[in-house]
Amino acid sequence: MSDYQFIDHTYDVVVVGAGGAGLRATFGMAEAGLTTACLTKVFPTRSHTVAAQGGISAALGNMGADDWRWHMYDTVKGSDWLGDQDAIEFMCKEAPAAVIELEHYGLPFSRTEDGRIYQRPFGGMTTHYGKGVAQRTCAAADRTGHAMLHTLYQQSLKHDATFFVEYFALDLIMENGECRGVVALDMANGSLHRFRAHRVILATGGYGRAWFSCTSAHTCTGDGGGMVLRAGLPLQDMEFVQFHPTGIYGAGCLITEGVRGEGGYVTNSTGERFMERYAPNAKDLASRDVVSRSMTIEIREGRGVGKHKDHIHLHLEHLGPAVIKERLPGIAETARIFAGVDVNKEPIPVLPTVHYNMGGIPCNYHGEVVISSDGAGDTVVPGLMAVGEAACVSVHGANRLGSNSLLDLVVFGREAARHCARTVKPGTPHRHFPADAGAAAVARLDKLRHASGSLRTAEIRLELQKTMQADAAVFRTGETLAQGKRKLADVVASFADVKVADRSLTWNSDLLETLELENLLGQAVATMHSAENRRESRGAHAREDFPNRDDEHWLKHSLCWVDAHGDTRLDYRRVHLNTMSADVETIPPKARTY
Amino acid sequence: MAEFTLPAHSKIRKDGKVFKAPAGAKNVRVFKIYRFDPDGTENPRIDTYEIDMDACGPMVLDALIKIKNEIDSTLTFRRSCREGICGSCAMNIDGRNGLACITACADVKRDVRIYPLPHQPVVKDLVADLTNFYAQYASIKPWLETRTPAPPDAERLQTKADQEAVDRPSACILCACCSTSCPSYWWNSDRFLGPAALLAAYRWIVDSRDEATGERLDQLEDPFRLYRCHTIMNCTEACPKDLNPAKAISEIKQLMAHRNH
Repeated sequence: MSDYQFIDHTYDVVVVGAGGAGLRATFGMAEAGLTTACLTKVFPTRSHTVAAQGGISAALGNMGADDWRWHMYDTVKGSDWLGDQDAIEFMCKEAPAAVIELEHYGLPFSRTEDGRIYQRPFGGMTTHYGKGVAQRTCAAADRTGHAMLHTLYQQSLKHDATFFVEYFALDLIMENGECRGVVALDMANGSLHRFRAHRVILATGGYGRAWFSCTSAHTCTGDGGGMVLRAGLPLQDMEFVQFHPTGIYGAGCLITEGVRGEGGYVTNSTGERFMERYAPNAKDLASRDVVSRSMTIEIREGRGVGKHKDHIHLHLEHLGPAVIKERLPGIAETARIFAGVDVNKEPIPVLPTVHYNMGGIPCNYHGEVVISSDGAGDTVVPGLMAVGEAACVSVHGANRLGSNSLLDLVVFGREAARHCARTVKPGTPHRHFPADAGAAAVARLDKLRHASGSLRTAEIRLELQKTMQADAAVFRTGETLAQGKRKLADVVASFADVKVADRSLTWNSDLLETLELENLLGQAVATMHSAENRRESRGAHAREDFPNRDDEHWLKHSLCWVDAHGDTRLDYRRVHLNTMSADVETIPPKARTY
Repeated sequence: MAEFTLPAHSKIRKDGKVFKAPAGAKNVRVFKIYRFDPDGTENPRIDTYEIDMDACGPMVLDALIKIKNEIDSTLTFRRSCREGICGSCAMNIDGRNGLACITACADVKRDVRIYPLPHQPVVKDLVADLTNFYAQYASIKPWLETRTPAPPDAERLQTKADQEAVDRPSACILCACCSTSCPSYWWNSDRFLGPAALLAAYRWIVDSRDEATGERLDQLEDPFRLYRCHTIMNCTEACPKDLNPAKAISEIKQLMAHRNH
């Protein structure tokens, strides 16, 4: 161990991750006078928020009547009643102010004829509690995530926030159940850093790279979730994985739901607009889980398109070049590059593709991480918070609505900053770290750096991805999930035989990919085990052996602990059916149809 | 007589490694990739990888990942989104700057030569040090500056035409392909801001909501920061997002000229 020395840092707050949620939290705290460091493994504008396309939802009412209560109803229904209604109320109510704030920061939103923020229809977004189609999704053409991430980074520069760029967070420093800080590796030179903080905020995103085909970036390895599991804390609702209906066939690149929002539609091999059968009212703008399942059934029943009848067509050629150029220019480019398609003339080949993790680190709407056991109330884990896709607040429940994720990032990033401003006094003195702080992280790092087994990191990762693709898919059965558990156990065991060829401490991406793989493995196990355990169908979790929602037994959040051997423990947490205020009434569970 | 000394590690060794294609491969392409190990004392080398394109995705990034996954896991490069929006995998491919993820191998004739972005310090292999590039971006104050308070509960209004003026310039992904393709930037990157930072400055200058146009122009009124652009246009040629930094810079120069007369 003597090769490694720690460089110690002390801040009021440390944020891990510089995507939308991490940046919004970071400069919010800098603004409030808290010393804040943001650690990120990629330069902030490379974070995967940049790839969000369609927009950010908020009941501004710029394009017709709207009300945050309708937005809340849609989100609760979209979540298949697994979302916590207090948190959903908070998000939908805060949404207009959060979006207007972004505009005030200079975000280059598309505009209406009268100069207001342009809003487009999106899946599952309705008016009057499901009766009409809402235009609620605020857009900057089809690169809203890019516009938002750059705007948030610009505000971070304006507030002179402190960044540690290309630092890879290894582990949390825990002491008697409290989070005291985080250990990180400076990728440029391999130096090790301990950050001591009153609050550590995990904003590390999702773990889409556990699957073979995903819209997620290579860097979406859920490092915060991995750290939380190693700290002996559970992850929540990990069985709920969103398949986006329109990933490009083959490449997996995202084609925004905004295409359907602007009037695009999907067809099968007979040219039929089959969504009319599955969702007579919302049709192509039904919720994502519904559209993905419908597409999968069409393909299964032999009505897929292409040589192997294994995908679906997405049409936008009827929209005309003017609409495509103004509102969907990025899609036209992506379809040309990755599918060889001119969207003005021909449909895009698409397939449901892993896109978003509804599950994550359990927390309340302030961003505080909570643990709980069956029946008991929530207990806050002192010092630890989570925001964005890494977190499970839970506002998305069993299925997220499109354009609610960019909203989640800014609303809860902002609230996390406010909560820290309320609860941390700038400059509060810190206790010393425990003597062994960070030792376990360094031991793990050293072991992997010198790992000389027989399997490349990429080989183990591929086995993981194939297993998840096959057995944690759109449709699941007890049998496939049990098989997935067995296969995953083998993959986890094989990690002991990993080989890292690069021994350097300078930009050792071989080692980093191995550390990322370890994070993926724990979360994959949590996903498969939680999915096997949940014997009902709800939102994105579709069990063919249990096709119905079962509120009597399963209206509850799953919690899953995973140890270093891949062994799991499952428990539950109460769903908050209560709202936050008297402004709105609880939306009681009912059948979910579109 | 003037004496010139090349910086350390400028010369490339001739003894790069060669990784042959697997037996039976029918569709082989040769990738020649710049390798630099910062831990050693040796100069960089070019390694040669023969890839069976029948078992590889179409993009240059697909080939790099295949090499890292299956042949040589020490090969080091940045990548993230793989769809041309994050800007991580900017590098010099076949003599041109571009994003590996949206550059098709088929569009490169003969051997695919891959180097880091030109004229930046190399951290390792294809990873360039962009510290100066990012600092220059920050130096133009890339955020909205206003004196008029915003309406408390509503957005600032902006016409579609005014929005159109910022629409394309704000689509920059900060990949650095443009700046590192500019000869003027190569010579004077300590003082010339380069096309990416100037495009960012332009994006705020033309934003109808921004009220610091005068200060922004003042900041650029300098023989180096702006005026080392000699309209070479490599920037526009290089931009993987089809943006036009050269035009933006020329419009800034015109605004300067109008203001000074």
